[in-house]
Amino acid sequence: MMKTNKRLLPALLAAFALSAAMPVLAQSKDQFVPVLSYRTGPYAPNGTPWANGFVDYLKLVNVKGGINNVKISYEECETGYDTARSVECYERLKSKNPSFVQPLSTGATFAITEKAPVDKIPVLTVGYGRSESADGAVFKWNFPIAGTYWVAADTILQAIAKKEGGWDKLKGKKIGLVYHDSPFGKEPIPLVQERARSHGFELQLLPVTAPGVEQKATWLQVRQARPDYVVLWGWGVMNSTAIKEAQATGYPREKMYGVWWAGAEQDVKDVADGAKGYNAVTIQHGAEPNADIVKTMLAQLHSKGQGTGPKEEVGQVLYLRGVMSAMIGIEGIRAAQERFGKGKVMTGEQVRWGLENLNLTQAKLDALGFKGVMRPISTSCMDHMGAAWTRIHTWNGKAWEFTSDWMQADEQILKPLVKATADKYAAEKKLNRRTGQDCQS
Amino acid sequence: MFYRENGQFKTSYQADQQIFPIAQDRVFVVLLLLVAFAGVPFFASDYMFRAILIPFVIMAMAALGVNILVGYCGQISLGSGAFMAVGAYGAYNFFARVPDMPLLPALLLGGLCATAFGILFGLPSLRVRGLYLAVATLAAQFFADWMFLRVKWFTLDTPSGSVSVSNLQIFGFPLDSDVSKYLFCLSLLVVIALLAKNLVRGAIGREWMAIRDMDVAAAVIGIRPMYAKLSAFAVSSFIIGVAGALWAFIYLGSWEPGAFSVDQSFRLLFMVIIGGLGSIMGGFLGAAFIIVLPIFLNQFLPMLAGLAGVEISTTVVSHTELMIFGALIVWFLIVEPHGLAKLWAIGKQKMRVWPFPY
Repeated sequence: MMKTNKRLLPALLAAFALSAAMPVLAQSKDQFVPVLSYRTGPYAPNGTPWANGFVDYLKLVNVKGGINNVKISYEECETGYDTARSVECYERLKSKNPSFVQPLSTGATFAITEKAPVDKIPVLTVGYGRSESADGAVFKWNFPIAGTYWVAADTILQAIAKKEGGWDKLKGKKIGLVYHDSPFGKEPIPLVQERARSHGFELQLLPVTAPGVEQKATWLQVRQARPDYVVLWGWGVMNSTAIKEAQATGYPREKMYGVWWAGAEQDVKDVADGAKGYNAVTIQHGAEPNADIVKTMLAQLHSKGQGTGPKEEVGQVLYLRGVMSAMIGIEGIRAAQERFGKGKVMTGEQVRWGLENLNLTQAKLDALGFKGVMRPISTSCMDHMGAAWTRIHTWNGKAWEFTSDWMQADEQILKPLVKATADKYAAEKKLNRRTGQDCQS
Repeated sequence: MFYRENGQFKTSYQADQQIFPIAQDRVFVVLLLLVAFAGVPFFASDYMFRAILIPFVIMAMAALGVNILVGYCGQISLGSGAFMAVGAYGAYNFFARVPDMPLLPALLLGGLCATAFGILFGLPSLRVRGLYLAVATLAAQFFADWMFLRVKWFTLDTPSGSVSVSNLQIFGFPLDSDVSKYLFCLSLLVVIALLAKNLVRGAIGREWMAIRDMDVAAAVIGIRPMYAKLSAFAVSSFIIGVAGALWAFIYLGSWEPGAFSVDQSFRLLFMVIIGGLGSIMGGFLGAAFIIVLPIFLNQFLPMLAGLAGVEISTTVVSHTELMIFGALIVWFLIVEPHGLAKLWAIGKQKMRVWPFPY
């Protein structure tokens, strides 16, 4: 036994030394995209399809010849939706000159937001992250393109108001917010409170401890208070659990509205008929099995055996979210190339410019295969979000189908809130708002 | 032969009572400190600092604190994550609320908050022992989780409940580079480790060990159990609290209560069990094992597979990582139940008798 120990110790030491030397490897002429994903843990059912879509789009770009002949290289790093592990992944992949980083976790976004400006890496958070980071004058390196939680919350309330027949009808009503007790779940609260103040409805906050497998107590509260509507702000196992609990409590699923992270096939398919009538807001796209991009994906990758993940999930909600997230990042790189030189590898700083001056017109989106899936996005120095379009889709027992027209978050409510919160952040960090001159650079 | 104290005569009490009575140990420690302070900053990369060295130094400090309570005083605690959280949020509140609060006092005040919290949740230790105490300290963990999630005052009413710090300075020097952060944490660790080492070999440390080995016998020979147990809780939670504040301020920069969940408590307990209960060295070895090994496996497995010509997915890597890690813990506990520190001691003994083992 002693002999093994003697040999083991040097071996372990050597191994540690090796691990330290490793991360400084590839530095090539490829455009590097880090993929922070989670395919294990309680959030894996939802993290996996997103990662599959993200990676598939990168593969597709390469199949089509790259961005002006610049190939994409990528590396996945498993975070398990854990903030400390995400930071480690970020640090590990940072040495490879990443174009942008997509943490797919609001907690990790908060941590990386503090590091990215120093490292000069843009943080792209399509549909999550800090809502106030839409203010590009304060958050120079954050890009919550296509929508923030406040957009989601505002349009959900709009949909509810429409169902009731106008904002004035909400007076005296009671809306419950069942949320994941983490920065992710708490993000919408300021906006919903603001709306509750101006329209006179009562807001009931119902936190669910992460990861959300135990919700009996929460739904008991729902049963007692009987709110007129329930807004579900969940992710991972929390969503399906909530819907099962709603079914068990007898709360009508028609009166439940989920955020766009609680509106995918994975969340409802276990309950199937029990989830019938459940609504969720979508960040532009829903489940789009007939979209051009999905057909291309199937033809170019999956039929040749090069796709990521199961073929059946291509075109589902979270898969498409991954595709869309990757596409926005890639278009940012393309925009940067148009200014800094086509066919060159862009640095993080250059990609930041590209993301800030993104102009995805309908024609461009259609050409990319997103016809009918997405609406135009155009960002600027002041506006890092670029679009606030959403729709509502409803689960009919077998599939998601759209039940509303396009909606847009109300600027009147959103803008002052974004500015006030961003100003508070700037004051805390002693940052100055960017001036017109800084916007040019 | 390499490590023999023959011929090293002590001619004064002072010489006999020093921390490292053997000359080779002194040389080793001085060399180690030299390498850590002067050598490492020259060859370590950004990644090394941020992802491995800084977390290792901070967690080693936390493990040191846990070891005082669990290893020296024998009070099993599952509330270490809570003590870290109290340290972090305490320091944050002092730092953010008091204008022009310097960093170091804020960290130490955070540690003092943890001390108060630790003493409060150490009170059950006067009545319950062993596993029952572990359950009682688990209450501290759940209480802290609840407090920092739901009491908005602690997080300065930030809408998302996530708080962040920036513009850290120490005596006018900005703590922005990785090297400066590393050196700052390391200096604090050295001071605290020295303090802890002196405490545990002094009268109070002996009281703790007496309580650990048999509290009734200790009480009979005149050791006050209440004083001994609560002082262990106080010292331990102070160190853990400072480590928690460093973890939040220096390593994460922006954090939420989830960073100090019950997982963190378990990790710290594993660190001291695997490193070696009742040994300062054990805390360091355990922290290295728990912090560095998963990261190492996570990078080493794909490389190994790459050498063999197969590409494995991150899912497989992450599952394999957990399996190997778990297996290694079990293996270590079977082969050496006294932890890595015991292996270290065995190694020293072997060097001492080499080349004539008996």
